[in-house]
Amino acid sequence: MAEPRTMFEKIWQRHVVVDRDDGYTLLYIDRHLMHDGSAAAFARLKERDMKVRRPDRSFATPDHYILTSSHRPQDIADPQQRHLVEVIKENCDAHGVTVFAAGDPRQGIIHVVGPEQGLTQPGLLMVCGDSHTSTHGALGALAFGIGSSEVTHVMATQCLWQRKPKAMRINVEGRLGDGITGKDIILAIIGKIGAAGAVGHVMEYTGSAIRALSMEGRLTLCNMSIEAGGRAGMVAPDDTTFAYLKDKPYAPKGAMWDTAMAFWKGLPTDPGATFDHEVTLNGSDIAPMVTWGTSPEDALSVTGRVPDPASAADQTRRESMQRALDYMDLKPGTPVEQIPVDRVFIGSCTNSRIEDLRMAARIARGRKAQVPTWVVAGSGLIKQQAEAEGLDKVFREAGFEWREPGCSMCIGVNGDTGVPGQRIASTSNRNFVGRQGRGVRTHLVSPAMAAAAAVTGRFTDVRKMLG
Amino acid sequence: MEPFTKLTAIAVPIDQANVDTDQIIPARYLGRSREQQVEGFFHDMRLDLNGRPREGVTLNDPAYKGAQIIVGNHNFACGSSRENAVTTMVDNGFRAFVAPSFGDIFFNNCFQNGALPIRLPTERVARLRVILHELPGAKLAIDLAAQTVVGPDGQTDKFDIDSFRKDMLLKGTDSIDFTLGYQQDIARFEDGQRRDMPWL
Repeated sequence: MAEPRTMFEKIWQRHVVVDRDDGYTLLYIDRHLMHDGSAAAFARLKERDMKVRRPDRSFATPDHYILTSSHRPQDIADPQQRHLVEVIKENCDAHGVTVFAAGDPRQGIIHVVGPEQGLTQPGLLMVCGDSHTSTHGALGALAFGIGSSEVTHVMATQCLWQRKPKAMRINVEGRLGDGITGKDIILAIIGKIGAAGAVGHVMEYTGSAIRALSMEGRLTLCNMSIEAGGRAGMVAPDDTTFAYLKDKPYAPKGAMWDTAMAFWKGLPTDPGATFDHEVTLNGSDIAPMVTWGTSPEDALSVTGRVPDPASAADQTRRESMQRALDYMDLKPGTPVEQIPVDRVFIGSCTNSRIEDLRMAARIARGRKAQVPTWVVAGSGLIKQQAEAEGLDKVFREAGFEWREPGCSMCIGVNGDTGVPGQRIASTSNRNFVGRQGRGVRTHLVSPAMAAAAAVTGRFTDVRKMLG
Repeated sequence: MEPFTKLTAIAVPIDQANVDTDQIIPARYLGRSREQQVEGFFHDMRLDLNGRPREGVTLNDPAYKGAQIIVGNHNFACGSSRENAVTTMVDNGFRAFVAPSFGDIFFNNCFQNGALPIRLPTERVARLRVILHELPGAKLAIDLAAQTVVGPDGQTDKFDIDSFRKDMLLKGTDSIDFTLGYQQDIARFEDGQRRDMPWL
């Protein structure tokens, strides 16, 4: 009998072009996703007078630098920023790469667009010059972020040299409470294993709590694998996956669907396959999460209190906690629910999908924003769908701003940033120092918790507001 | 790519764990030219909102002037995939990084830019940081071929590096040219995939 294999192992083996004796493997890339940060990689390709080897396997959309007040490139005041949004289309057109450009309703955040268009499929090896490429693992793909030089390498060769990472299983059993989302699960995981907990590993999420998640919830979960240090995160494909993928524009059709399905069904980890590390969490214990510090590992329950550095295990941790508290302007022992917010951001590749918006609207309905609140849909198609469902109306009536799709305040390179000292409840993925602007204090939360903070002006346990 | 062979240089300690690439180069510099990104190097960690150097930041200490090596802590350069984190450090003269662990993407990006990330045991890296605080301006001696780092205390540590990466750094090999040597293998894989995964 064949040795039992993990899903990661199966996908890895299927993409080996060359296995060298020195432990390096040349892997074939099925899908190469690009965004408006790819200009330098295209420029290096041009210096070599080379073309994209597989334009049919490459897809692009501007997301980082695009405005969320208007999608007309001519409205971008900064010439370098405008150039990046425009040149992605010129580069893609020159190389025959499909681009969902500004003005196309399919434009959006690349990690939202990939699954939405059916480009992301089980068993594929996918890369993108962005660390949140781990998102695509939610459909059972092996997907990871690469740097700009490696982007050029993939453009030129459709391949990448890699040393095989280790495998880690994160098992979450039990039933999630109402109002608990994929975001709360991943923050609980990172809080448990730490921001370096999965360095060098591909993470597979298993267990009844994961199986019960919608595709949107799984995308959020896998998205933040990188915040645990993971190379990639993945969830085995199942009926939820297949139902999501069916009839997506780039999904296989007719007899090809059946052929693909036969392959997909063989992907899940075999019984008895071993992982280098295993971690188990009880899903029914997970409460709505809020980060208090400047690393995603600084996560705690909304019912908790800001921790005291005096309780830290060692001096390095004590100093880092103190630095984080100073930056965040928080005092140890403060109940999370007593922390006021100045602003709210609902969006990003982590939490800008239709389910996220529905959840935020459920809380916003009939209530009023106490602080400026932005809602930025992940793609033009999600924006359209939300408007068809009347969610935009709910948001507008609550005083939330309804904006054009893009990465927006998650990274702020388009100018969407806070001001020094501002405290933001954000559905994005990183609470790093200065991530949302110099001196800005970011607290990571789910869309439900963000909406609750918006209408109460402080962190509020969203479970009290569900009706 | 510029080869990396040996480097004996001043090393500057950075004590924090989980230094993310947003600290190494804030996002607002990313859409700029490489020349404009040079000043982005640890900008907000070095300077306060008024542009004044912050106290207690080793990178501001003139005693470390001319440093070409950073000795960091766990999960150094985690977070965003921005390769600018490597290039801004290279453009500020840094060619080697010593830490107990690194962000995976940063680690890979170093090799594309003639920079060497070195993993050493946690205790040894902590000791090196203490020594460098006590003797600012002290040097480390790195020999890639021998895979050794000699500290200011004279202790020699061996480090692990994949022979694949090591050879590329020593020779300054261009990875695209190298991979194009496998054209036939790539074409063969593509033929096979057309049969195995025809829906793609």
